Parts: sequence; C-alpha cells; structure tokens
Amino acid sequence: MYTQTDIIKDTTQPGPDGTEGELVINVGPQHPATHGVLHLVITLNGETIQKIEPHLGYIHRSIEKMCESLSYRQFIYVTSRMDYLSAHINNLGCAQCVEKGMQIEVPGRAQVIRVLMSELTRIASHELWIGAMAMDLGAFTPFFYTFRERETINDIMEETCGARLTMNYMVPGGVMYDLHPDFHKRVKAFVAQFKHKVTELDDLVTNNIIFQSRTKGVGILSREDAISYGCTGPVGRGSGVNCDIRKLYPYAVYDTLSFDEVVETAGDSFARYMVRVKEMYQSISIIEQLIDNIPEGEFQAKTKAVLKLPKGEFYTRVETARGEFGVYIVSEGATTPYRIKFRSPGFSNLSALHHMAKGSKIGDLMATMGTLDLVIPDIDR
Amino acid sequence: MSIEEIKEYILSAEPTAAFDETGEWLNILISPEAWKPLAEKLKQGVLLFDYLFCLTCIDWKTHLAMVYHLSSTTYRHSIVIRANLDRDRPRIETVSDTWRTSEFHEREVFELFGVEFLHHPDLRKLILTDDFEGFPLRKDFEDPINMIKL
Repeated sequence: MYTQTDIIKDTTQPGPDGTEGELVINVGPQHPATHGVLHLVITLNGETIQKIEPHLGYIHRSIEKMCESLSYRQFIYVTSRMDYLSAHINNLGCAQCVEKGMQIEVPGRAQVIRVLMSELTRIASHELWIGAMAMDLGAFTPFFYTFRERETINDIMEETCGARLTMNYMVPGGVMYDLHPDFHKRVKAFVAQFKHKVTELDDLVTNNIIFQSRTKGVGILSREDAISYGCTGPVGRGSGVNCDIRKLYPYAVYDTLSFDEVVETAGDSFARYMVRVKEMYQSISIIEQLIDNIPEGEFQAKTKAVLKLPKGEFYTRVETARGEFGVYIVSEGATTPYRIKFRSPGFSNLSALHHMAKGSKIGDLMATMGTLDLVIPDIDR
Repeated sequence: MSIEEIKEYILSAEPTAAFDETGEWLNILISPEAWKPLAEKLKQGVLLFDYLFCLTCIDWKTHLAMVYHLSSTTYRHSIVIRANLDRDRPRIETVSDTWRTSEFHEREVFELFGVEFLHHPDLRKLILTDDFEGFPLRKDFEDPINMIKL
C-alpha cells in the first residue's frame, strides 16, 4: 500500500554527477487507464522508465479468509467478485475442485453448458479488453463496436443466469438452472452477428497503422521470462509459451473438441493483442461445435444438501480469459475449507510489468500495461 | 519422467527429503534449510522445473507449512514441495531469483502469514497498509470490527 512519505521521497534535483534527476510520478489509484484502483509508482529518468512499483490492496477483501468460514456451496459466489469478467470460469474452477474432492459425476448436459458459457464469457472479456485497450491508445470508436457484441452476450447471460456480470451459475454438480428456451436461438444469432461484424474490428484496430506502430516491438517479454514470472493466458502465449489449460489439462468436454491453441512468438504487445483476437475465433468455433449438440438430460447431479470434502488437499485449474486460475483447497473433513488459495492469473502477470516496461519510454507504458489485461479485484482478492 | 526417477534425483540432491504419494502429485517434505540449494537444482538440473505455479502457506496452528507447486514446461510433470516452519519465528530462504514470480507471492505470504523470506530483494507489505498489525490469514487472527463469525 501507499504511504504519505512516498510522495516527498524524490525530487527533480540533478544527481551528484550532473545527470538528469529522477522523477517519481504516480499513476492511479484513480486513473482511467488502470481500469480499477491500481496504483503504480513510476521512477523516471527523463522519459525513460527506471522502475515501476505496483501498490495493491485498495480493494483487498481477504476473500481467502472469508472462504474459510463459508460452506462449499457458498464460497463459489465470492469468487465471481474476483475476476468479474471471467465470473463463469472462476465459478467453474471452484465447482470442479469441490467435485474432484467429493468425486461427483457431472451430467453431460451440464458439461456442455459449462463450456458454452465459458467460451461466451471469454469472447465478452476479450471484446471488452480490445475496446478498452484501443481507448487507452487514443482510439475511442472501437469501444462502441466491441461493446455492441459484449452487450449481446450479456443479454444471453441475463436470460439464462439472471445476472449480467456476477452470474454464480456454476454449482457443484452442474449448473444452477437449465438453459432458457431462447438460448439456442440467441447464441446462433450472436455467432452470425459476430462473424459478420468482426471484420470491422480488423479495419478499425488490427490493420490500423497507428495501433500497429504503437504496439509492435513494445513491452517485449521473452519466453524464459514469461515462464519464470508465471505469466499465463494470452500474456504467456504471446511470448510463445504453450500454457492453455484447456489443451494441457483438459476439463469438462474440451478434450472432445477441435480447436487450436493460439501461440505467437514475438512477445510484444501486438502479439498479445493478436492472441486475444484469434482466441475469439477459436471460441466461436467451439460454440458452433457445441450449440447444436447439447445433450438432453439432467443439468445438475444429485448432491447432498451439506457438502463435506474428505480430509486432504485438492487443486484444480481452469483457463480464464486472463490465464491459469488455480483453486487450492485444504480440507480437514469439515463443512468449510480449512484453507483456500486462489492462484489468480493477474497477480503473476502484473509481477512481470516492471521487467517489461523497464528502459522503455513512459508513452509506451499504456501499450504495455494495457495488454496485460489486468482486472484489479482479481489481483487484490 | 516417472515418479521413481524424480524421487531418485531428489534423494541424491537432498538425502533427508521425505515423500508422500497420497495426493494428486508427489509431495516432498524438506527442512527449510534445504530449500534454497534444492530449488536451484530442481530448476537447473535434469528435471527442469521452470514453472512455479502456486506458492502459499498454511497455518496448522502448531506450525506453518510453506507449499510450493512446481511444474516443468518441458516434461509437464509436477511436484509439491513442503517445508514446515516454526510458528514463532518462521523464516525460509527466498527463491525469487530462481523463479521470479515468487517475489510477489512471497511478499503476499510475508504480510498475511508473517513468514520472513531471507535475502528477499524487497520484502515489504504489498496489499495491506504499512501500519497494519497482525497476520490476517493465521488462524488466531482476531478482528472484532471487520470479521463476522458465522
């Protein structure tokens, strides 16, 4: 966290050897480009970044401590409030961890619904990111285009789950309700709309020469560093790391689907952008494979009213829109977990920011930080 | 690589290591002093554990337990390293120069559990305010204002 003394620590006085003095500036906690209450203390030499120190904790709720007094059904709802753009996938990771501990068999229909919802969430999250990223770099228009698609997904979610952002739809044993009767029709309409309109995105952003020259060669992260910093998701794959959990450790029905793991090798901001754009096409392909093949049957397995995990430790991981989300439950055989750890992708990705931005100009910082796709509640927890 | 080969290598590097295969992955219990030299060997040696995907601590009331989940991006095998720490004076060597991600994760464990990471480059509070007292994720932490007991 931030203390008052940090403000007066440094001045613009020249150094003893006559070089330019260091300047400390604060970005955030309330800053339009940090998309949340993230506070960066940046040490500059002229325009060159020497050091970036993230100060976290403005929305720390100690979710891990809260979960220790919540039952195995209740704690899942809290996780929607972590990475709110991947709420479905967070819930899925927790539900799978409980299912793994209790060895609950999830019905086929629920598995397919879970994957459909996860992929819709991924598209919505990437759409929001592209709009926000373009806006960070000064292009305001793409924001409206990407939000049009995102709104359609949110409407689909609202119909089936009853909420637009914190859905709480995945429960241990399946999903909470069956699909809305219009779901099939609405998703089909969305897929058609997405395919028709997605070329607009290429014209507006991808092939935009200003966007390209601001992101290419900026914020380079090598493959070794990406692994060492624990970067996953589009950040890791933009640096050439094969880290897609859906491929490496398939869950739900991902092993029966045909889709590609998108990997770029350049490691710069543009590579991370391209990974997200191409991932949306893969998600659309997954949705098309599944939407006509939702099996009939139960949407939730029969489970006991009170869930008790056996004594032991359980770890599951899922691929959220931001990367590898791990749930680590230590159980003592009671109705509440003894200890829960959430391995959030944003926390590890943020730790690489100083390394990526060091030595670059402050004007490039937004192009570097933007492509990390930081969701602050996910980092603070 | 098979579990037997991993065991063999770890035993040659650290003869006092104890194994437990009850969980999903091979669990290795070591003493805190043995962690730093073993960490170097795990990353640089033939096992190539280059990816630390989870670092956390558990308060078992009698002692604290550090838990490191390691994986290899080359061989895709995973292990769990555990080290029990004295609850009154928990300290262990940092591995932030071996796996860079642990710099932030260790700072988080430092403020929430009070574990001191020796030779850490920047061991300060990350999430909590500087004047915060106590270690919130320990089991005996009390906060009568903000914590609601169910």
